[in-house]
Amino acid sequence: MPNTPGADPARLPLRTAAAVRLGNMSSKLSQKMGLGAGGMIGGRVALRLDPQALAHLTSGRQVALVTGTNGKTTSTMMLSRAMSFLGEVATNHGGANMPDGHVTALSKQPDAPYAVLEVDEGYFPEVVRAASPAVAVLLNLSRDQLDRVGEVRTIEKSLRTALTSVTGVVVANCDDIMVTSAARDSAKVVWVATGTGWHNDAASCPRCGDPIRWEGEHWHCTGCDLARPRPDWVTGDGYLVAPNSQKVELSLRLPGKFNQANAVMATAAAAALGVPIEEAVQRLRAVSNVAGRYRTIQRSGHRARLLLSKNPAGWSETLTVVREADHPAVLVINAQEADGRDLSWLWDVPFERLRGRQVIASGERATDLAVRLTYAEVEHTIVPDPLLAIDAMPPGPVEVIANYTAFRDLNARAAQ
Amino acid sequence: MSTNKVQIALVLPDLLGTYGDFGNAVVLEKRMTWRGIPAEIVNIRFGEPVPNSCDIYVVGGGEDTAQTLAVRHLRDHPGMQHAAARGAVILGVCAGIQIFGESFTRADQVTHPGLGLIDSTSHAGGSRAIGEVIATAAGGLFEGLLTGFENHQGRTVLGPSARPLAHVKVGTGNDGSVEGAVQGRILCTYLHGPVLPRNPQIADLLIEWATGTKPAPLDLPAVTRLRTERAKSAGVPL
Repeated sequence: MPNTPGADPARLPLRTAAAVRLGNMSSKLSQKMGLGAGGMIGGRVALRLDPQALAHLTSGRQVALVTGTNGKTTSTMMLSRAMSFLGEVATNHGGANMPDGHVTALSKQPDAPYAVLEVDEGYFPEVVRAASPAVAVLLNLSRDQLDRVGEVRTIEKSLRTALTSVTGVVVANCDDIMVTSAARDSAKVVWVATGTGWHNDAASCPRCGDPIRWEGEHWHCTGCDLARPRPDWVTGDGYLVAPNSQKVELSLRLPGKFNQANAVMATAAAAALGVPIEEAVQRLRAVSNVAGRYRTIQRSGHRARLLLSKNPAGWSETLTVVREADHPAVLVINAQEADGRDLSWLWDVPFERLRGRQVIASGERATDLAVRLTYAEVEHTIVPDPLLAIDAMPPGPVEVIANYTAFRDLNARAAQ
Repeated sequence: MSTNKVQIALVLPDLLGTYGDFGNAVVLEKRMTWRGIPAEIVNIRFGEPVPNSCDIYVVGGGEDTAQTLAVRHLRDHPGMQHAAARGAVILGVCAGIQIFGESFTRADQVTHPGLGLIDSTSHAGGSRAIGEVIATAAGGLFEGLLTGFENHQGRTVLGPSARPLAHVKVGTGNDGSVEGAVQGRILCTYLHGPVLPRNPQIADLLIEWATGTKPAPLDLPAVTRLRTERAKSAGVPL
């Protein structure tokens, strides 16, 4: 065992300790009053009382940060499981991925010597400054919530600047051009070939603007020296190849190629902190349900599998997963603030792949989806309530794919 | 027409496709093929020459850097401008309206020359205009309301040779008063959504310009329902 640093609450500055106590009280109050899961309010209170709370709460711990457009919650869970080999791990399960969520999670486990934090891309620089991570995991970067998060190139530049100050290990996906550009100037980078990446936002080099050219899995800029680095870890179909050429079967319970990519990223990050590869993989194999995602619910003679997809890259991957069988599909779309109000991205999703399948358009913005499906020549009906949409399908398996708030609400109702 | 199919050029989707503007090309293609007018989409990617032989050119929105690269590419490969000179139909969305003008000035106050296809100049506004837009036709150009989603910092001033596409009721458009630009067979708008799925009357206007024939009516219930919903959510009955 490595020496286990601790964030002993007795050693926290007085102001932070008081802020954490009051924050924890607010979380419990919020849960008791049924106002929410208490994932953010406690941290919000603590941060208001002590703006340095995040720095103080991470001080003395080994911290891993996970960011990117897709797969953050799953990878964070995988990495926290893998790191449990080393000792107790504090983590923000459930996607509360801004500083208030981090403070809440860390306050609940003040003695855990390790922390794995999922970080919203927009807050990454701030969290890096506060947390001085031992490992930073950079999964992928693509368009998501353009009206809220901003454009991909802006995010790439801010991550690039933040990562140059990281003295720990940066674990980065070298099949993603934006990620490669963001990570390349860091002191110590471990490159992972994930075989996944959304290339539609990266036709031109994020460094110089010239066209990027692909040759098989390799890519390079035609104007400057940005090119795919030689990977240290490689994701194969159902297995990984470690830097020492060791091949390890993944045998995940989670479906899809992108979860294999998440698993290899998590394993590489855990290995950077000293977890043996087999121990890491064995622990993340057991993950079968991430904050309700991928779980199957029984309802009115249906076995409905709940899948979350938030943006074109995520939907594209999920449509590949559901392609494995020809089950009817309920697609649920909302456009609340947390989803992004602009639904233009629906046109970047290859819904054409659902032709010939039984499809129901659902959610608060079912009509926007219905128009998209009409032009994709996918026959469908509209049932705005997703539970009623499941009921309307013939008995048996149903795939339910929902975006962020649609999934959150459906998951909560299905749990009742 | 250069072939027996109406060719819809999707111009630099890898640079100017940030806001689902690919949907505009799909809508044009489907609305023609469903009526028995053969049509196809031609993707023109960054790094490739731009043909001058297409019938309709569709240009979408993009980030600042992408916009600068797109102008450079379209200047080096002026196929679309040559097509415009012979009367090809062009739809420019968001970045499209800015780069088609005489010039556009960014937030950093640097002025870039545009492609000079329409009589307009654009500059960065104080705040970013984000949200639903509802506008009414200017000069009876089309029927019904114009609906879409805007997300831009640019403001556009039209010169005497260009006329506005619509008058803004909800949202910002070019300047808080008018929206878009029309000059010859070039039609520009700030609206995403994308714009043509939400506004089939604009799609059919472009088809009429390209084929010389007013297309037959095409009733899509989902589209009608969407237009009603969006107008209602913006507080304007359709």
